[in-house]
Amino acid sequence: MTIVLLLAPFSLVLALTGLAAFWWTIRSGQYEDPKGDAARILDDHLADGPNPDV
Amino acid sequence: MTIALAPRDLSAFVTQDDTDHGRVELLVTGARCAGCMAKIERVAAAAPGVSAARFNLTTGKLAVSFAGRNGDPALIIDALEKEGYPATPFDPGKAEAAHDKEGRMLALALGVAGFGAGNAMMFTVPVWAGFFGQELDPSTRQVMYWFAALVATPCALFAGQPFFRSAWASLRKGKANMDVPISIGVILTLIVSFSETIQHGAHAYFDAAVTLLFLLLIGRYLDHKLRARARSAARDLLALQAPVATRIDDLGVERTIPVGEVEVGDSLVVVPGDRIPVNAIVEAGGSDLDNALITGETASLAVGPGAVVNAGALNLSGRLVLRVLARSEDSAIAAIARLMEAGAQSRSNYVQLADKAAALYVPVVHTLAALTFAGGWALGLGPREALLRAAAVLIVTCPCALGLAVPAVQIVSSGRLFRKGVLVKTGAALERLAEVDHVVFDKTGVLTEGRPMLLDAPPQVLAMAAPLARASRHPLARALAEAAGCGEAATEVTEVAGMGVEGVIDGRRARLGRAAFLGVETLHADETELWFGFDGDTRVRFTFEDRLRSDAAATVAQLKAMGLTVEVLSGDVAGPVLRAANAAGIDRWSAGLTPFDKVAVLDRLKQEGRKVLMVGDGLNDAAAIARAHASMAPGSAVDASQNAADLVFSGGLLDAVPFSLRVARAARSRAMENFAFSALYNVVAAPAAMFGLVNPLVAAVAMSGSSLVVTLNALRMNLTGGRR
Repeated sequence: MTIVLLLAPFSLVLALTGLAAFWWTIRSGQYEDPKGDAARILDDHLADGPNPDV
Repeated sequence: MTIALAPRDLSAFVTQDDTDHGRVELLVTGARCAGCMAKIERVAAAAPGVSAARFNLTTGKLAVSFAGRNGDPALIIDALEKEGYPATPFDPGKAEAAHDKEGRMLALALGVAGFGAGNAMMFTVPVWAGFFGQELDPSTRQVMYWFAALVATPCALFAGQPFFRSAWASLRKGKANMDVPISIGVILTLIVSFSETIQHGAHAYFDAAVTLLFLLLIGRYLDHKLRARARSAARDLLALQAPVATRIDDLGVERTIPVGEVEVGDSLVVVPGDRIPVNAIVEAGGSDLDNALITGETASLAVGPGAVVNAGALNLSGRLVLRVLARSEDSAIAAIARLMEAGAQSRSNYVQLADKAAALYVPVVHTLAALTFAGGWALGLGPREALLRAAAVLIVTCPCALGLAVPAVQIVSSGRLFRKGVLVKTGAALERLAEVDHVVFDKTGVLTEGRPMLLDAPPQVLAMAAPLARASRHPLARALAEAAGCGEAATEVTEVAGMGVEGVIDGRRARLGRAAFLGVETLHADETELWFGFDGDTRVRFTFEDRLRSDAAATVAQLKAMGLTVEVLSGDVAGPVLRAANAAGIDRWSAGLTPFDKVAVLDRLKQEGRKVLMVGDGLNDAAAIARAHASMAPGSAVDASQNAADLVFSGGLLDAVPFSLRVARAARSRAMENFAFSALYNVVAAPAAMFGLVNPLVAAVAMSGSSLVVTLNALRMNLTGGRR
């Protein structure tokens, strides 16, 4: 059962990484224009990446 | 006189960012797809002086950066309009609200709660397995609980902040809203779980505390998103009536400024087709003014030097130079503003369904929990077991379903209305709308289109006058030209401001305009008319009337079928009001009312115990809109009315009124069903918790289950609530 003491923190670290990534997506404005961003990725002429100004 | 459209000076909308480059935000309409987005960005970036352009397809806003400190938004707007995308500059003050801090906070809280719920459950699932006989040894169980506590406690404390804050604010006002039991439930659950874990007990509810918040935050977040979308759509409607004024300085240089910067004593220029921005006195020029938005009157008013003009009037025919009498804030007629304030206050006393439920729920459940504790102890359970059962009562009676009962329904119904072009400002508005039993319409711009239409005229007479009408910009002349169809225009046309238009048709000189312009006496002062005649020939008279909205009669019939009574209150003269009311099938009507009269009528109806829905658009309706039990305004209404109204509907159809009423009524039924279900659930769950039949697994399943039922019932709103 001692393996739990290793695995549990490890799984928590993994989940925290996910949470940090989610936090970054909010901070960098990736939910400001879902419709537009979906289209930008398909068109080479459009600047891609989230809008830094919003 | 033809008016060349001078290039607009919109530099007032350009702001400077930190690096001292100019920036402007434009609201662009008509973009639907990725192709449009690419085109808009290309066109904008190609405009002179532009360094970068970025279009947000979701909100329809185009952010433009200039290479230098300043740039000319008008050039970009013209370029976009050529491509078929009408654009309007956005007031920098209004654009800042786009920064949605609260939405980001809620999204983060939701993410944290989701993380906490998932990971705390990872540790409690092995414990749940123990309830099926696969006994976990107590020390391992305690390790699991400590891990769960480590994850769930910080997450619950962080994610619970929106609830804690709202609960605290409500408690300080001496009231208890739904967030109070939620906050108490979460905090008490954590405390009891810690004490259980420390004492090696089996009943810790760390996962339940954070799961409760997760489920509730989903509702909160969706609700916020929807409202933010409705609010920004409402702002866009207002931004489209871009409030700018053209000021001329002593040197005669014209410059466009935001209306807010207009000072008393300034000289302003108002060209035909623009609205008078502030209360002012005419210095030079003459014109006809359309006061429909202010007084509801359809007949236009001739003004000349010395006349006082009111903010909101539409300049119809001539260029006016005005001297400003009042600033923009003072202009919107202080008395009306005061009336509106009083109305809004009386309305804020309205108690929402959810708060009514909370007022019942909070004392009952908390008394029950206290009784469980006292009774359990008295009957020999021991303080620890008694406290545990009391906590179980609080957890399992679950404010979750109750907390979601109303918001879930409001989210779904607002979304349904939003897709039909109806913007709902607040959730309370829908509840008030559902109670309405009497509908009051304004005439001009609500029952009617708000623009004149030619009443039947002999075709040959119409064909004679049409060439001259085609050469004029006046709305009456346009209505005449529209009725006549395509054809030739008159030559050598001169427009005499405030009088009419003169020109040559097939070599004969002719005039079209007011009775005085053609040298005749008018007989019917209450009718909107236009006279036409060739020089030295007989004069013919055309009459016009504001066109009834195509579905006005059908709408009134629908409302009557729903058991509502309908009435018209108008500021216009009796004749047109009577005709419009008859055509729409409304028996009760009043004409010639001032804004104060309208409020008085609403107050009288209120005293009779009627719940009134006011549908209006003009400045003269704004006070009544704020006063009524519920109110709606079309998207073409003045901003004061739109701001005061609960619901704003866009599109040319009045059908939005009965549709909104049906949705509001269906929403109330769904909310009541949800309350009934929550009550039933609590009647079963509370005794179970009191007799110690609840364990952490049962609590988790019951909580998610009841939330799911309530949410699914709310989703039924999408199926019912009426067709269009």
